[in-house]
Amino acid sequence: MTARSRGQLIDGSSSFCINECNRFSGRRSAERDRGRLAHGDGKPAGSGEDGRLAAVLELTNISKHFGAIQAVNDVSFSLEAGQVVGLMGDNGAGKSTLVKMIAGNFRPSEGTMRLDGKEIVMHRPVEARQHGIEIVHQDLALCNNLTAAANVFLGRELRRGIGPLKVLDYKTMYRRAGEIFKELKSETRPRDLVKQMSGGQRQAVAIGRTMLSEAKIVLMDEPTAAISVRQVAEVLNLIRELRDRGIAVVLISHRMPDVFTVADRVIVMRRGRKVADKSIAASSPEEVTGLITGAIEQV
Amino acid sequence: MAITLDQTIEQRQRNWLSEVISGQTFWVLIAVVLACIFLSFATDSFATAKNLYNITRNVTFVAIIALGMTLVIITGGIDLSVGSVLCLCSMVLAITMNAGYSIEIGIAAAVGTALLVGAFNGVLIAYLDFPPFVVTLGMLSIARSLAMVASNNTVVFQFGPDHDKLLALGGGAWFFGIANPVLYMVVLALLTGFVLRWTRFGRYVFAIGGNEHAATLTGVPVRRIKVAVYMVSALSAGIAGIVQTGWLGAVTTNIGAGMELQVIAAAVIGGANLAGGVGTAFGALVGAALIEVIRNSLGLLGINAFWQGTFIGGAIVLAVLFDRIRNLRQSE
Repeated sequence: MTARSRGQLIDGSSSFCINECNRFSGRRSAERDRGRLAHGDGKPAGSGEDGRLAAVLELTNISKHFGAIQAVNDVSFSLEAGQVVGLMGDNGAGKSTLVKMIAGNFRPSEGTMRLDGKEIVMHRPVEARQHGIEIVHQDLALCNNLTAAANVFLGRELRRGIGPLKVLDYKTMYRRAGEIFKELKSETRPRDLVKQMSGGQRQAVAIGRTMLSEAKIVLMDEPTAAISVRQVAEVLNLIRELRDRGIAVVLISHRMPDVFTVADRVIVMRRGRKVADKSIAASSPEEVTGLITGAIEQV
Repeated sequence: MAITLDQTIEQRQRNWLSEVISGQTFWVLIAVVLACIFLSFATDSFATAKNLYNITRNVTFVAIIALGMTLVIITGGIDLSVGSVLCLCSMVLAITMNAGYSIEIGIAAAVGTALLVGAFNGVLIAYLDFPPFVVTLGMLSIARSLAMVASNNTVVFQFGPDHDKLLALGGGAWFFGIANPVLYMVVLALLTGFVLRWTRFGRYVFAIGGNEHAATLTGVPVRRIKVAVYMVSALSAGIAGIVQTGWLGAVTTNIGAGMELQVIAAAVIGGANLAGGVGTAFGALVGAALIEVIRNSLGLLGINAFWQGTFIGGAIVLAVLFDRIRNLRQSE
């Protein structure tokens, strides 16, 4: 048995569980369909050309190389409003480089990005934020010693006062943060210190940041990597909340079950190239595993 | 469901009273108050106007610098140079005034020196990623050496035409018999407390101490804030130096020697966490007060002065011990 097929087997076994769950209870898939039906006039979003929504972000022939290393090679895809796209691939497949280009950390070596039909060139993460592209970092980038509200507003504090004499507007920030947590249906108290919070609540704080401005695209880097099973469900619900608000969500994940539970579409990267881009309904965990490992070349 | 969620979000986990009681600063304050009550009964000389005047005035120099140090410690840094910077600024003030310039020019020169030293420390730490310990350790040596060079290691006690003004500034008592340095300390403490709680700068200082990487990612101007914090620290040392010069009426090149450790001790006893992210202006005052009360009481109780270090050191360990116990309990 080769190492490659063994890896496939291990991944395959975890996805097998899900398939079984779906088959016997039907609960997960029903839930997924209900989410899909919540928008897009009853048509499953992203299931085909006829149900297609307007593309928010369009990447055309994007490449990135660092010296001689080709990290991302000629990748094109589009993100649509209210759609969750799972971005999968092995370590070093180019996922994070791709996401960092969308988030403004890197500039593509070649190719163009269009936001709402207009070409954009970003030099710094701040510019991406101004364009309505928000990122939730893998480590969440939270300050444990500050309150939930302070973390949500970090770097974008609300102030009141006249002229140069401005003080922090605690009241409004607590209220706004409370509203955001309410929208996310998360039991998170704005006045609590982040260090006292559970993994799911911490995710809610990090995701809450993206809801301060009218975000169009939210990039989530491994949001379920280091939290408990119950909290994973909480985070997946947060993702659904974002989607239902019409935000395009990119979910970078190693966890097959998460992507197949919440995503509408899956993009698979291998060695810097896009090897698959299809609706979840038309794919299977086995196929995606094959694509990630290279057992299946391309679809 | 929606109502219960609302209630949960609106709920405050702790009210302000329990928040105050759970803090290290509160217990240190209680210790100071209890010590004062005990000393009032145990000795005849503690609760006299003269002794209290002395104590409050002695507290100020350490306390003023501890305010600046608290900011540095909150960002997760340390400033070992404050004692030497105090000396250098005092010397710059003394020499300028001794040369016949007015008190305004003398103070401006001293403040300018402090800001320059702070900016130097800050730029090296923030932009060149030097460890704060190393940079400020170097400055500890440099600043005192410069003070010696500037004065040729002599004592300056003639302050030119504005001699009396300077002595009144540091040694007078313009308000209800409260020593001037105490007034400066109270004003500076209120200012520091306000900045930490109510301004964006203060919020960023805490954010950098909590998670510097996160602060950078969320767009906090981490480097500029760090430079500013070291400038504030040096400035607080400079101000203490100016006031102390007026009070002592003379400047030698060994004033402020070893003071950095007292200042750090005051900040830490008052609840600042050397790991960063925690600290208050009020805590800095309370910490400085505890150190001074210990020093004063040992003398009054007739205990050998050699014991001083043991008691102050014990206070540092004890104050932080309470914090550790609370943390251990929480993590269980």
